[in-house]
Amino acid sequence: MFADYTWTELGSIFAMQGFAGLILFSVFVLMALGLAIIFGQMGVINMAHGEFMILGAYVTYLCSNFVEAYFPSLFGVYFFFAMALAFVAAGSLGALVEWSLIRHLYKRPLDTLLATWGLSLILQQAYRSIFGAREVGVSLPNWLLGSVPLTDIIEIPINGIFVMVLTFVIAIGVYFILFRSRMGMQTRAVVQNRVMAGAVGINTQKVDRNTFALGCGIAGIAGSAFTMIGSTGPTAGQLYIVDTFLIVVFGGAASLLGTIASSFAISQAQSTMEFFLSGSMAKVLTLLTVVGILMIRPQGLFSLKIRR
Amino acid sequence: MTSIKSFMSRQELIGILVIAALLFVVMPLAMDIFRLNLFGKYLTYAFIAVGLVLCWGKCGILSLGQGVFFGLGGYCMAMYLKLEASTPEATAIQSTPGIPDFMDWNQITALPWFWVPFNSLTFTLAAIIIVPAIFAFIIGTAMFKRRVGGVYFAIITQAIAAILTILIIGQQGYTGGVNGITDLRTLKGWDIRTDEAKYILYYVNGALLIGVLLLSQIVLKSKLGRLLVAVRDQEDRVRFSGYDVSNIKIFVFCFAAVLSAIGGAMFTLQVGFMSPSFVGIVPSIEMVIFCAVGGRLSIFGAVYGTLLVNWAKTTFSETFPELWLFGLGALFIAVVLIFPNGLSGLYRSYVAPLVDRIVSVRPRTGRPDAPPPAAGFGAKTTTKPAE
Repeated sequence: MFADYTWTELGSIFAMQGFAGLILFSVFVLMALGLAIIFGQMGVINMAHGEFMILGAYVTYLCSNFVEAYFPSLFGVYFFFAMALAFVAAGSLGALVEWSLIRHLYKRPLDTLLATWGLSLILQQAYRSIFGAREVGVSLPNWLLGSVPLTDIIEIPINGIFVMVLTFVIAIGVYFILFRSRMGMQTRAVVQNRVMAGAVGINTQKVDRNTFALGCGIAGIAGSAFTMIGSTGPTAGQLYIVDTFLIVVFGGAASLLGTIASSFAISQAQSTMEFFLSGSMAKVLTLLTVVGILMIRPQGLFSLKIRR
Repeated sequence: MTSIKSFMSRQELIGILVIAALLFVVMPLAMDIFRLNLFGKYLTYAFIAVGLVLCWGKCGILSLGQGVFFGLGGYCMAMYLKLEASTPEATAIQSTPGIPDFMDWNQITALPWFWVPFNSLTFTLAAIIIVPAIFAFIIGTAMFKRRVGGVYFAIITQAIAAILTILIIGQQGYTGGVNGITDLRTLKGWDIRTDEAKYILYYVNGALLIGVLLLSQIVLKSKLGRLLVAVRDQEDRVRFSGYDVSNIKIFVFCFAAVLSAIGGAMFTLQVGFMSPSFVGIVPSIEMVIFCAVGGRLSIFGAVYGTLLVNWAKTTFSETFPELWLFGLGALFIAVVLIFPNGLSGLYRSYVAPLVDRIVSVRPRTGRPDAPPPAAGFGAKTTTKPAE
């Protein structure tokens, strides 16, 4: 399949597809980070994670319409408010869900999976009733449009760069929250040994709720970023949920580095193969490889070595 | 009677007789052929639900990929029927007569190799059982031998359902793509679209379901059935007692897969087509709710749960399409939070005592199946390590 192209063409193809892969990687990382925190700490599979992401996307959409209509002068920077709002909206919904649903089911992880699936159906239908079944897009401020020419044939879209920078900042932020703050210290203590953490006076219930809210909030930011590169529909979240779960499992639960590494591997593999094969076959091959590797190494790429 | 008593209590015998009466007498009398055919379609899902009771309810393995096996069974049947429908005479207008129409539309000029054996009905019937069993065996062996279970298993089976759907839709020329395999007409020259054929297929389906219920009952009442429950509650103790836990799990996963495949084949026969919309993530997880609503511990409950959920789905999505997803979502949550043992749990705690008072003359002593609060099982089964 490489024979039809010259070396320079191949180089540009890999560069362009690699960049497209990097954008996919950013979305994956933003989604998977939240999922990995929740899954790693509580063993809870949140099937509604995609819907939290879409909530963020719709909040951004509302913000963009609102700012465009009432404060056109602020339109260039509305995105930053929108992101903060998306974080708050998704995070508070997350806290509410944890309080009303998840905390009753910590002993039954499989049942959480079903309950959150039910939640995702309800949220999807709610979005459909409120925003309509059609996909909506946000209008981007001028400074995010256009692209940077790198060479004659390689061009890089600016919104893609912005999403990647954003992902980087969020990832650093999550690192600081988890490894350099009091809340993160408590969270890690609960991950490693819930009973002992409780015994030394950490309020594990509160830590759980905060973690769940944090994970959902990051999903909201992911949705916000998602609006910049694609349009949002009520069921868009479901498209990503399986990939994201595989990423989390493939990376090794409770390992943020693993999550990032596996997002990178999966998104790059998918987008590079997409150019040479059809999109569906690229996806099939990627997922099959991941499932195959997981069958050989079920604990994932990076795993915490702790005694249970 | 003594031979029946060894694997079935009086209550369970009544349960199965009630289902048989409902399937063979009440429903055909109460419904026209259109509704009956619809309920026949629902009953094919009951095969999956019964499989899930064994796999998930009894053994604790949640598979979110039962649609894969339903689809494999259904596609095997559909391939045979499609080949029979695509005789050279019937497809004379195609550029390559004698191959299924969707292949012709996708510029394929010869029958692919894996379609060829499906010219034979014997092979097809065998394949409906064997293909899903082998597939389940491979997945099960790879996962359970390495002691992967619980949530991980659920996610991986879900991923497999996603992969298979994408594959079927992507390979249009070989599989019929997103439309699936449609326009199926005859089985060995016998037209399956007439009302008479629909009646016959409905009864065949019902008989198979009763057969499957009896078979599952035998499995559950055997030593293996008690081991299943033991594996669910105290996997390590079973392992320390000298059993190979992974083999037990592989068996029950394959068993559930084969049941789903039988359901899939009967689905194709009764509905007249098969498409990837019965394979993917969404249908697969809906199949779990059929089982959960009926009661994950009761094979009889699973049948009622399937009928009820599907009937509600048809009724509500006809009249209030927006409300149905809310209802289904709420059902998922309610069945987990409020009544985890489903209909059969409600029956056991509210109706069964009444029925007992009316039906049984003797005081009920020595009944082998005490109502199952999940914790009670461990104590009951693990005290008998070997026999």
